[in-house]
Amino acid sequence: MNRSEPMSKTPSLFESLVQQRTLGYLLLGLILLVAIWRLGNALLENPSLFLQQVTNGLQIGFVYALIALGYTMVYGIVRLINFAHGDVFMVGAFTSFYAISRMQLHLWPRVLFPNLNPFLGDAIGTVTVVLLSMVVCALLAVTIERVAYKPLRNAPRISALITAIGVSFFLEYFGALNFVYTANYITYRRPFDVVTWVIGNQGVQVLQRGQEVPPGAIIFSNISFIIIIVSIILLVLLQYFVKNTRTGKAMRATAYDRQTARLMGVDVDATISTTFAIGAALAGAAGVLYAIAYPQVVFWMGIIPGLKAFVAAVLGGIGSIPGAVVGALILGQAETLSAAYISTPMRDAIAFSILIIVLLVRPTGIFGEAQREKA
Amino acid sequence: MKRISRTTLIFLGSIVAFTLVVQVLISLNVLSPFWNTILRQGAVMAIVSLGLNLIYGFNGQFSLGQWGFYAIGAYSAADITYRWTNDANSNGLTVLFFTVVLVGAAILILYRVFGKIRGVDPLSAFAIYLIAAIGLTALAVSIGNITAPGVNGLLKVLPANIANTVVYLLAVIIGGVLAAEVSFLFGLPVLTLGSDYFGIATLGFTIIVKVLLDNSDVMFGFVEMKGARGMIGIPKLTSWIWVMLFLILVLVITRNLLHSSYGRAIISVREDEIAAKAMGIDIGHYKTLTFVLGCLFAGLAGGLYAHINGFLHPDTFNFIKSFDPMIIVVFGGLGSVTGTIFAAFAWQLVLEGILRSILPPGFETWRYVVYPLLLLVMMLLKPNGLFGNYEIPYLRQVLPPKKSTEPKPAQTAKESL
Repeated sequence: MNRSEPMSKTPSLFESLVQQRTLGYLLLGLILLVAIWRLGNALLENPSLFLQQVTNGLQIGFVYALIALGYTMVYGIVRLINFAHGDVFMVGAFTSFYAISRMQLHLWPRVLFPNLNPFLGDAIGTVTVVLLSMVVCALLAVTIERVAYKPLRNAPRISALITAIGVSFFLEYFGALNFVYTANYITYRRPFDVVTWVIGNQGVQVLQRGQEVPPGAIIFSNISFIIIIVSIILLVLLQYFVKNTRTGKAMRATAYDRQTARLMGVDVDATISTTFAIGAALAGAAGVLYAIAYPQVVFWMGIIPGLKAFVAAVLGGIGSIPGAVVGALILGQAETLSAAYISTPMRDAIAFSILIIVLLVRPTGIFGEAQREKA
Repeated sequence: MKRISRTTLIFLGSIVAFTLVVQVLISLNVLSPFWNTILRQGAVMAIVSLGLNLIYGFNGQFSLGQWGFYAIGAYSAADITYRWTNDANSNGLTVLFFTVVLVGAAILILYRVFGKIRGVDPLSAFAIYLIAAIGLTALAVSIGNITAPGVNGLLKVLPANIANTVVYLLAVIIGGVLAAEVSFLFGLPVLTLGSDYFGIATLGFTIIVKVLLDNSDVMFGFVEMKGARGMIGIPKLTSWIWVMLFLILVLVITRNLLHSSYGRAIISVREDEIAAKAMGIDIGHYKTLTFVLGCLFAGLAGGLYAHINGFLHPDTFNFIKSFDPMIIVVFGGLGSVTGTIFAAFAWQLVLEGILRSILPPGFETWRYVVYPLLLLVMMLLKPNGLFGNYEIPYLRQVLPPKKSTEPKPAQTAKESL
């Protein structure tokens, strides 16, 4: 740049165009317009199908939200992309698989109290399985943190990232060994029966086996219901925990400034372990819910949901809990809607294109604070 | 002409000697085809990792997108040679050649134009580049299809062997340049992101490329790529000598770049972006330059890789694999060229060669259990990588002798007056 040039020189049209974001926004806006137009058309053509897709999107979105919280909390507190998180999710799913199919743990209320209402019995049994998975995952995550991340807290950040990848590979390929989970797809048995409701012109009805879905009706199963309800309960609990308890306050303080938090008497190491444990417990619950919804488990099942959840966390602004939930819901909708209306095989490409576009417009995500990159 | 220094001679002599010795061993069948393949793949890995080391190790941009550019290089090079050997048709070559040339020229011209304007917004610039690139690609396709028969006749005149080699070399280079141009377009807006966000965006790029490759036959009409079933019938033209020639080329380019004033600017961006900016370094320019060069290497490596096994599958370019060069670079030592090359060969040899041969039959899958454990132990014991900052003499920067930081008393007295 020539300093001697007078600053008051009027820029040409091309120059002023290029100096503003207008052109870029124009391009992005064009993409957005096409998307909105297509979605609007779809909604007008077949509203029930559209609503059906939205419910499906909510279901997967809440599962992503539960996983994304682990990513976002861990990133917020130690600035580490915990790639092993998706595999913790996988371990959660497999724990519930063993508890249900091998040990039949979900049947304990029925066995112990034969007079109990079967519905209540199933509910208690399922909750037990979910809790078991959460505990196993929390213990696993704390172990991982102690072994692989804690010794590297003062090393370059990339070292911890590489150990995270190492742990992830280890969990996957150890699980793929024949005496652990084997490398095959395993069918997952649900702890309760699927009940499907039809919401249509004749009000809400239970869908009988073999009955056809009337046109213009939406199907809603108890699985979606359970996923959405359980996720919302866990999210509310987490929000309460982080905002109102001593440990939650310590977590926020540590995330804000670790050194100062330590000086103020916060046990930073314990707080970090707690964060890992809570994140992993949520991932464990997500693993069970995911396996119930899509009843198959395999050793690499954590990779793609884990990555999507991570994308959701980034989309919402990594480090922010409401951001993770919003990001996950957006991603869930984007995924199901693009699978239904644009192209099924391109689903992942669309999800990641959305990520890149959002990052270009808002570099720290939707709920993200202004750049607070630590060196 | 400047005299070549002794360290250069020793280095180049020894690397050429190493190449020739291995080649002799291969010709005498002392090294089985299995080990030959592993060595060639190790060299390919070294080229990708050198590119990443340039981006991450020297410029501090956390990129997980190398594998996507590797895939672009591999598939475009494979497509050119596939069409030439299987259909005796050079339209793949001409179309991609004109695309690369036209888009490259447009990028260079626009880059000069934008360089003259103060405060160009990356997103707007990206929109203009993108429109230009798409338009010129469409133009290149028609020019390529028109000129293809002529080029075909020209290549037919040459002996088959030489024609194949020419097409192969052009394919590898075109694949690399195509990857570089795509990386320029992609990097322009994305390089403005902070380091972790940049890593995530590049990871997303890798996944997008993989999905596109999965659907290359049905949705994009590249029937010969066979989509998710994997591309077969690529001629196996990459010999040990070719791989090593490219490796030496990449190595010399890296070394000379890093030893120039450009290299020092690149490193200064890694050390402290704000300070570098304050010193008048155009951060965006150096980030783009390094990213494009690193992705050029990745594309070249992809082209070489495609012609080793004669088979490409989208799963080879899965995002999980994009951690491999990252692991190698960190293992060898961030910002150590020596370490990267050593680690790339070691990684390939240990993972595919040694672990495969020492584990008893039926236990091959165990190598992926042993490997992460090795990774963990290595990182816990040596978080800075095997070589840290060590470089062999040829690659070491010769800096002027350090001046004493304490000013001489007489001088200070004089200056204070």
